[in-house]
Amino acid sequence: MNPSNPTATHVAVRDGLILGAGSLEELTSWGEYQLDEQFADKVLMPGLVEGHAHTMEGSLWQKVYCGFFDRMDPNGKVWEGLKTIDAIIERLREAEAKLTDPDQPLSGWQLDPIYMNNERVTRGDLDKVSKTRPVAVLHASGHIMNVNTKALELAGLLKTGINHPGIPLAKDGLPTGELKSPEVMTPVGPHVGFERAMTDCDEAGLRDFAKLCIRAGVTTVTDLASQLNDEALEMMLRVTGEKNFPARVVPFRFFLGLTPKELVANVTKLQTHSTDRLRLGQIKIVADGSIQGFSARIKWPGYHNGAPNGLWYVTPEQLSEIFDLSLSADIFIHIHTNGDEATDLVLDTLEQSLKKQPCPDHRFTLQHCQLADAAQFRRMQKLGLCVNLFANHHFYWGDEHYKYTVGPERALRMNACRTALDTGVPMAIHSDAPITPLAPLFTAWAAVNRITASGRVQGEAEKISVDEALYAITIGAAYTLKLDGEVGSIAVGKRADFAVLEDDPETIGAKNLKDVRVWGTVQGGRVFAAADL
Amino acid sequence: MTPKLPVTVIGGYLGSGKTTLVNHLLRNANGLRLAILVNEFGELAIDEDLIEAEEDDLISIAGGCICCSFGSDLTAALMDMATLDPRPDHVLIESSGVAIPSSIVNTVRLLDTFSTDGIVVLADAETIQQGVKHKYMGDTIERQLSDANIIVLNKTDLVNSETRQATKSWLNTEYDQASIVETTQGKAPPEVVLASFLERSHEASSHLETTQLDMFTLRPATPIDVEVLAKTLAEGNLGIIRAKGFATALDGEKILVQVVGKRWEISPATGNPEVGIVCLGFKETLNREILANIANHM
Repeated sequence: MNPSNPTATHVAVRDGLILGAGSLEELTSWGEYQLDEQFADKVLMPGLVEGHAHTMEGSLWQKVYCGFFDRMDPNGKVWEGLKTIDAIIERLREAEAKLTDPDQPLSGWQLDPIYMNNERVTRGDLDKVSKTRPVAVLHASGHIMNVNTKALELAGLLKTGINHPGIPLAKDGLPTGELKSPEVMTPVGPHVGFERAMTDCDEAGLRDFAKLCIRAGVTTVTDLASQLNDEALEMMLRVTGEKNFPARVVPFRFFLGLTPKELVANVTKLQTHSTDRLRLGQIKIVADGSIQGFSARIKWPGYHNGAPNGLWYVTPEQLSEIFDLSLSADIFIHIHTNGDEATDLVLDTLEQSLKKQPCPDHRFTLQHCQLADAAQFRRMQKLGLCVNLFANHHFYWGDEHYKYTVGPERALRMNACRTALDTGVPMAIHSDAPITPLAPLFTAWAAVNRITASGRVQGEAEKISVDEALYAITIGAAYTLKLDGEVGSIAVGKRADFAVLEDDPETIGAKNLKDVRVWGTVQGGRVFAAADL
Repeated sequence: MTPKLPVTVIGGYLGSGKTTLVNHLLRNANGLRLAILVNEFGELAIDEDLIEAEEDDLISIAGGCICCSFGSDLTAALMDMATLDPRPDHVLIESSGVAIPSSIVNTVRLLDTFSTDGIVVLADAETIQQGVKHKYMGDTIERQLSDANIIVLNKTDLVNSETRQATKSWLNTEYDQASIVETTQGKAPPEVVLASFLERSHEASSHLETTQLDMFTLRPATPIDVEVLAKTLAEGNLGIIRAKGFATALDGEKILVQVVGKRWEISPATGNPEVGIVCLGFKETLNREILANIANHM
């Protein structure tokens, strides 16, 4: 990622920083050295940067994995993807048999019926796991949950006469056990082990999340929506400050719950607590919902299946006030916009704010921005916006977007990496872990190949090259975090952060990029082997 | 059995006067313990002279009222309200500018401890007709108005009488499911906004004389088909904005009747309350004659 010195055989490290990269001969000019040959047969890349993830994935692994795809847990165990509801019941049963306290709830995560012909899990299915303890499985979207009869009973929802779009009823008039929005999940959550404020990780979860970072070659990672109350702040400072904590975490304060003035004051104060491994002082705004949940705000002609337009989570007035205050306080903001109408709102609003208060290098970033068209990318470029596209979506939900949500033409241009780069918009690509697994090399593969789960190439014209994708998961993402001067490339003076790989991503071939084996990481000069976790 | 805790949702876009209305209700609470739930404490959420104490997410207000911020977890905040001691008499949810009131009501309905007391949506007489055409927010504002049982057309003093009339008749046509009440400076009569005030003014109704409102207490002389009665009150063009009270059904059971706008609801009464349904309407349009007839002959 350093064009003046693109490859090197050796790298010299001092005090956690890169002293230089080059041949052994060039580097010995710095004086006495200790030669460390443990990576002689490995490939060192700049430590990978994940620009959109949530540390809560660490906490989710305390529950039973029920996803469709194989996935590795923090301890390196690969959990086989479950292809049928019976298989899910079986895995939950195995976990249930190990519980000793008869009242302890059992919960799982990452269910996605889309891959199982949309067959719904019912409370009867989960009653086969247990009739006496509450059982729940959270969907991959994080917005739907299935529970058993006991859980409904404990939450007072095992009754007829419920009239709520989020609670489907069976023929007997009782809920099927599916709970289809966060507000209907709340009454059940405490009974099934999903506590309030699910987006924040706990202490053990943060340590586990860091293990996932090592396994994925990630040395800098965002936590892109945290409440950051005093307690969470104290915990994150303490855990990231531990001697062997292997990653630099960049939390973004979620905008809801505070007025714009309070928000900016709060984040300004947070900045003073920043450390090398916990970078505080940024804001995350959510403008709309999700495309597969039909809650994103999209422009004409709307959803392909005729669903009504989605929901706003912010008003133009609120957005404008937060932008104005943040620009003058030198705080940067990442804004979730899934639909193209939401992207338009942010472009319009930021344009007005920048007219009042020009700011040549604000690094405001549109997150997901999945439906943006070429004209919107041109506006982003003019306004100095960065973009972080959800490349993994092609693989996981590309077929659904083609068939149901936005239809063929718009599905082809979703997450338009090629257009972003050609237009000169600084670009990163992301996983949104836990929504999809933390694995930037997989994300790079997704952006390069644009292959859907069914194996179709979707949007040939928006493919990018391997080099461009590798740039996006290192210095591209670092740029959106204002950290490109410190991390993202192997160059003198930068942090000694490396992804240590068994294979060379530049030569393994575009189709194989996701199969590059990760040995571990070096973070701030400290070595972390995945095998030792 | 503890009676259910009534919840009213106050909706409307930014600047329509929700906060002013809430403060007006607090000033006129008269011993009613109101709990106000807001997304976040804005700078002017509660008038300073009403505040007794402030904590992180709770403001204590003169007269035993409180105001809580719920951020993004309304259900959790409601569940907390039900466990307060002393329990509030009425909960008001001041929804955010982009919230869809009916989805808030759907959430409230899930919780057994609560009953819904209708959706009151404020509209700024000066801007509402442009509001529904707003490039980004237009359909959201339309959804809010379509959800309303009562639309409070606010700031009518800031427009001339033609605009006021035109706006009112446009609202009447487009959103005919709602009753429309005009007001200035957010000072909608408390009995319009919350049924709990209606019950109270039933006991001492003299102050109504100063307003545009009128009240009639319907006391059916004999047992009655309560469903037909409730439907008539809601949909019979009798000039009723709200009605609440008890009637004896044909089987002799006491039934609670609640009407707000054109929505009605009947449910079994707790205890053995006195028969009588307080009907609130406009002086000009409340049809006392028909109401009296209903009481005697239906």
